[in-house]
Amino acid sequence: MNAFRHHVLPVLTIVLGIVIAWYVGSVALNSAWQLGVYERADNTEWTITDLWTDTLNQNRPVLPSPHQVAVEFWNTGIAPLGDLPERGMRAISPRTLIYHAWVTLSATLLGFAIGTATGILLAVAIIHSKAMDKSVMPWVIASQTVPILAIAPMIIVVLASIGLKGLIPKALISTYLSFFPVVVGMVKGFRAPEAIQLDLMRTYNASSAQTFWKLRWPSAVPYLFTSMKVAVAISLVGAIVGELPTGAIAGLGARLLAGSYYGQTVQIWSALFMAAILAATLVGLIGVAERRVTKRMGVSA
Amino acid sequence: MNTGLIAIAIIVWLGAWGINEALVRVQTTNRTVSRTINLIVPLLFGVALLVLWEGLTRGFAVKEVLLPPPSRIWEEITDSLPILWADFQQTFIKSVLTGYAMGCGAGFAVAILVDRSPFLKRGLLPLGNFVSALPIIGVAPIMVMWFGFDWPSKAAVVVIMTFFPMLVNTVSGLNAAGSMEKDLMRTYAAGYWQTLFKLRLPAAAPFIFNALKINSTLALIGAIVAEFFGTPIVGMGFRISTEVGLLNVSMVWAEIAMAAVAGSAFYGLVALLERTLTFWHPSIRRG
Repeated sequence: MNAFRHHVLPVLTIVLGIVIAWYVGSVALNSAWQLGVYERADNTEWTITDLWTDTLNQNRPVLPSPHQVAVEFWNTGIAPLGDLPERGMRAISPRTLIYHAWVTLSATLLGFAIGTATGILLAVAIIHSKAMDKSVMPWVIASQTVPILAIAPMIIVVLASIGLKGLIPKALISTYLSFFPVVVGMVKGFRAPEAIQLDLMRTYNASSAQTFWKLRWPSAVPYLFTSMKVAVAISLVGAIVGELPTGAIAGLGARLLAGSYYGQTVQIWSALFMAAILAATLVGLIGVAERRVTKRMGVSA
Repeated sequence: MNTGLIAIAIIVWLGAWGINEALVRVQTTNRTVSRTINLIVPLLFGVALLVLWEGLTRGFAVKEVLLPPPSRIWEEITDSLPILWADFQQTFIKSVLTGYAMGCGAGFAVAILVDRSPFLKRGLLPLGNFVSALPIIGVAPIMVMWFGFDWPSKAAVVVIMTFFPMLVNTVSGLNAAGSMEKDLMRTYAAGYWQTLFKLRLPAAAPFIFNALKINSTLALIGAIVAEFFGTPIVGMGFRISTEVGLLNVSMVWAEIAMAAVAGSAFYGLVALLERTLTFWHPSIRRG
């Protein structure tokens, strides 16, 4: 009960506040257009209740109301899954949100996997070679200040011009974005063992491979999970941005772009929620894996 | 294919690598020498990388559409300085700086307000952390619809992107002051505002600067990507997306180079400010 009072209740209160503010905001922002409609229809007898219900249920509202987004999200994002047993893969047509979410998710996961692997390998090279450390590390850090996302459309278009399309170019952008946090985090992690522990390995006459697997790797694991959380979130952003310049074919980014071209605000908002849910799920899954692994490694949480 | 150029590039690369290997082995207690070495090694690496890039692209005659050599990019930068300057003004000075100031300011102000209520703090912190992991960049089309094509919509995206890191960091920074120090302030009969300005804000400064640094990169990314969703015919994001469409890749690289310089300079300025203001912090203080 105490946990509820201290953690769940405050969050719920804030969320409720946001939803209320959202409703008020959509009434305020949409009423200008609605009043115009009434005027053109010579409808002078509208009541406040009419205005409320109408502003909250427009077709192309400036700010869609929460329930509109929820309905759209359910119809295009969740409901098609229910048709799966009946209609097979045809249920997930390109008209549904879940299809686009899957396209984005696959690019994200591929890029994240490659990025994490490259990041770990580079970190291993950096801790074992002083020259690598001194020459590469400053550039790895400097490259964080460069807006890498800005290169994304170029990579897509250039790779498309040599015939590489679809999943791979987007995954490359995700790779590029997700590999930096992993390098920085893992270098820190591999250096986390204290001098006294490294000395102990030396007195055991451990080879550098043994030191790596028995000491450095275990002590880097917490850092790995922390940087993986950052990396997976950023590789989702990379995949979404990577979908912008392809001419809105598939993926959440394409859904956003198409929505903005045709003024489909409800579609944009539900795509945004899908992206948010994907991000939260991915980060959450890594969090679960982290707890499992650290528990098995004997670290008390 | 020009094997001579490739060979030269690889030799320069290997040579630089060898010099670096030798340099990092130098044992010295002289501080100036060790500092110079720490500066030269990455510089040499960077120069060698450029030479390798130039040599390989020219040697293998890589199509300019794929990857132009650095000299070509430099040529493009010097040729189109007026365009680059106009884009820089539109994107950086108008969208990024305005949005950055407003977003960081709002995040800071809300953090100070929220700090007075533990209930709000417990509610907002998890949400703030959650939002920080979201692809906020997706609100760009909505902002473009609300605020029009010109820079205010980009500034709005930047405000949203910078707000949450600032909020979360400031709130946790305000908790950073130790209870001993707080007790001391109490024995001095210091009021809320005195404690805030004399103890808690200085203690929060490292956290606040951390957010300012994160935000300096986020702001530039936000402004550039927001321009992909519609913009007047000026701006870094606009230029990148149109020149990519024309396959004029060296111009894109010129924009990227400028974005990189602007981003690094912005970050560097914030870091410099941090060094001067939080000189007392262990990570900056030298023993």
